[in-house]
Amino acid sequence: MTQNKVEKKTTASGLFGRLFRHQLFIPIAALLLLVIFNLIMDPAFFAIRMEINNAGNNVLLGSLVTILDSGSELAILAIGMTLVTSACGGQDISVGANIAIAGSVMLRIICGEDARAEEVSVGIVIVAFLVAALVAMLFGAFNGLLVAHFNIQPMVATLILYTAGRHIAAWVNNNTLPKINDTSFGYIGGYIPGIPIPTPIFIAIACMALIALVLKFTALGLYTQAIGVNENSSRLNGINPKAIKILSFVILGLCVAVAAFIKVGRNTTINYSGVAKDIEMDAILAVALGGNALGGGRFNMGASILGAYVIQFLTTTLYACNVESSELPAYKAVVVIILVIMSAPVVRDKLKDVGKKLKSKKNVEVKEVG
Amino acid sequence: MSEKKKTSGAPQMLGAKKQGMTDTNLLLVITIVVFFAMYLFAIVFLGEGFLKTQSFLDMLGTSGGLIITACGMSLVMITGGIDISVGGVVGLVTMCCAVNLDQSGGNIVTSMLIALGIGLAFGLVQGYLVAYLDIQPFIVTLAGMFFARGMTTIIHANPFNVQHEAFTEFRTTTVEIPGAGYVAEKTGKYIPAQVEVGVLVALLIVIILFCFLRWTKTGRNFYAVGGNKQSALMLGINVKRTKFLSHVICSVLAGIGGYIYFMHVGAGSPQNATGMEMDAIASSIIGGTMLSGGVGNIIGTLFGVLSLGTIQKIVGSAGLDDAWWTGITVAAMLCIFLVIQSIVIARKKKALK
Repeated sequence: MTQNKVEKKTTASGLFGRLFRHQLFIPIAALLLLVIFNLIMDPAFFAIRMEINNAGNNVLLGSLVTILDSGSELAILAIGMTLVTSACGGQDISVGANIAIAGSVMLRIICGEDARAEEVSVGIVIVAFLVAALVAMLFGAFNGLLVAHFNIQPMVATLILYTAGRHIAAWVNNNTLPKINDTSFGYIGGYIPGIPIPTPIFIAIACMALIALVLKFTALGLYTQAIGVNENSSRLNGINPKAIKILSFVILGLCVAVAAFIKVGRNTTINYSGVAKDIEMDAILAVALGGNALGGGRFNMGASILGAYVIQFLTTTLYACNVESSELPAYKAVVVIILVIMSAPVVRDKLKDVGKKLKSKKNVEVKEVG
Repeated sequence: MSEKKKTSGAPQMLGAKKQGMTDTNLLLVITIVVFFAMYLFAIVFLGEGFLKTQSFLDMLGTSGGLIITACGMSLVMITGGIDISVGGVVGLVTMCCAVNLDQSGGNIVTSMLIALGIGLAFGLVQGYLVAYLDIQPFIVTLAGMFFARGMTTIIHANPFNVQHEAFTEFRTTTVEIPGAGYVAEKTGKYIPAQVEVGVLVALLIVIILFCFLRWTKTGRNFYAVGGNKQSALMLGINVKRTKFLSHVICSVLAGIGGYIYFMHVGAGSPQNATGMEMDAIASSIIGGTMLSGGVGNIIGTLFGVLSLGTIQKIVGSAGLDDAWWTGITVAAMLCIFLVIQSIVIARKKKALK
């Protein structure tokens, strides 16, 4: 009889444990915490209203729309960062600098020598995007080369671009501040007339759909995870780890170009030292928050993207609490530390030990009975 | 059983150590040769400004804080870790000291204590997380860096110069170096060569750390842990404590370096020491400290810092005044040295096979 009871208990705790250990547990729990916090602080946070903006369009406004809108870049970057993390067991810290470069290249092509563009044709925007994507992917390939062929830790290899990136970006445009004055270019980062939802959301959704298709119909996901779990055995199984690692960095480069496209669309100019500042931290955080192992191996793309939006939720919440943008990193760092401590293997083992001790007490009783 | 493991582990360890020593010396020689070649190049092509003792001492003065910080970084890197929070810590120290001196009525002693305290606090927390909770050092110290940068603006958002009288006097104190001066051509007066107090402190710390790493047991443990964690564990070295210690020392040195930096600039600003962590890592790498751990030399780090200073000066006096050239050349240099290192490692692996 006692045994029955114990069994029931263990299954119950097992269910709870499974829920607790599920990959989506942490991001969803964090999201719920934030929602509850905001409900207590200011329920108006969740209000969405329809208003006419400066350009005379009917648009949706509200904190939730802001989160989805400004989280777009982060979500797109999280896609690439997840792949890099999975394949290389490290993170790329040069994404912010790379965004500056890609954005700078884009503006250079659109604005030309005199750094001003009054009218922009669709064709030149597409060309600019393609060239910027090529440049960003080349820099990604450079990072990948250092990581794959020279066996340098990813974070240190990308340090080079992190140091040089913003300087290169300034150099591309001769340190001038190019500006696009064509209002239709602003549609990319704002609203297209007649559609009340910000355009970046559509771009982000398109990227997500694309990566979902790629993961579903190609072996990319499988290969990356195989390399992250065990590079040697995957090589023996006929996968080329170096090529896949470089490919993951190139895909991240593409994501960077798209994010840069949105950033430039939002500002119609670029601030070399300020654009996408600290976004690498947020992207890494999104991957970590999604419950993906930062040491490489298995990944869950959906969890990373959810993580990205949770981070944006946190940022927007902090802004709503009147935190200065330069003070944000301090609060976020505390969140990161709490997260990594919670996901540290040592701490998890200790928690498990505590759980086992509780269980073993009952097991001893059972054994005595048996 | 354990006896057997120990004996089989020992020769391996010795072998690794022997290899490591040659690597250390090889990389050190490369660094010193590069430095002298660069300086010679500067003297030949860019004029005699580089020959003056004073201009060299000025370069030392500018990089006094960086020398100390980079030494701490080398220490952590020798144990196989990394600490990218040092730049943030330096920035935080300058701001806290500035606020303490000018707005909270502190004096030189309290500001020094604050600098040490901040360093120690960061070291204890980061060291504990890295060593005892086994979290990736990069993530922990990245968070540390962001925390420090955020805190700096929380404490005071705007840059300002320190007006405190005693401190201003203290920070402008210079020491004359006998026999290093020169006679000015126009006036015929003897102008002595002067050096900032901070530089002397930095050089003293370099010497102390060099002796510490070379001749003390704890110092040798750093190399053992970085070279091969498993063997170090089998030799009975407390790996966790060694790692913990390395982070504590590094952050305390960042605190001291921050104070020296503060003495040099004499102002508190959120913009202080931006990118210093990258300079410190670059100096260590150029100085022959390997990222994989177990290989490195404090003297090399000193030459690494000097190389960085020289290249910045060369870029400046070659007419490439635009700020981006410095960043790009430093990154290029970092890239070259990283590749050299990875080739050295690859060669070692082949030799072992």
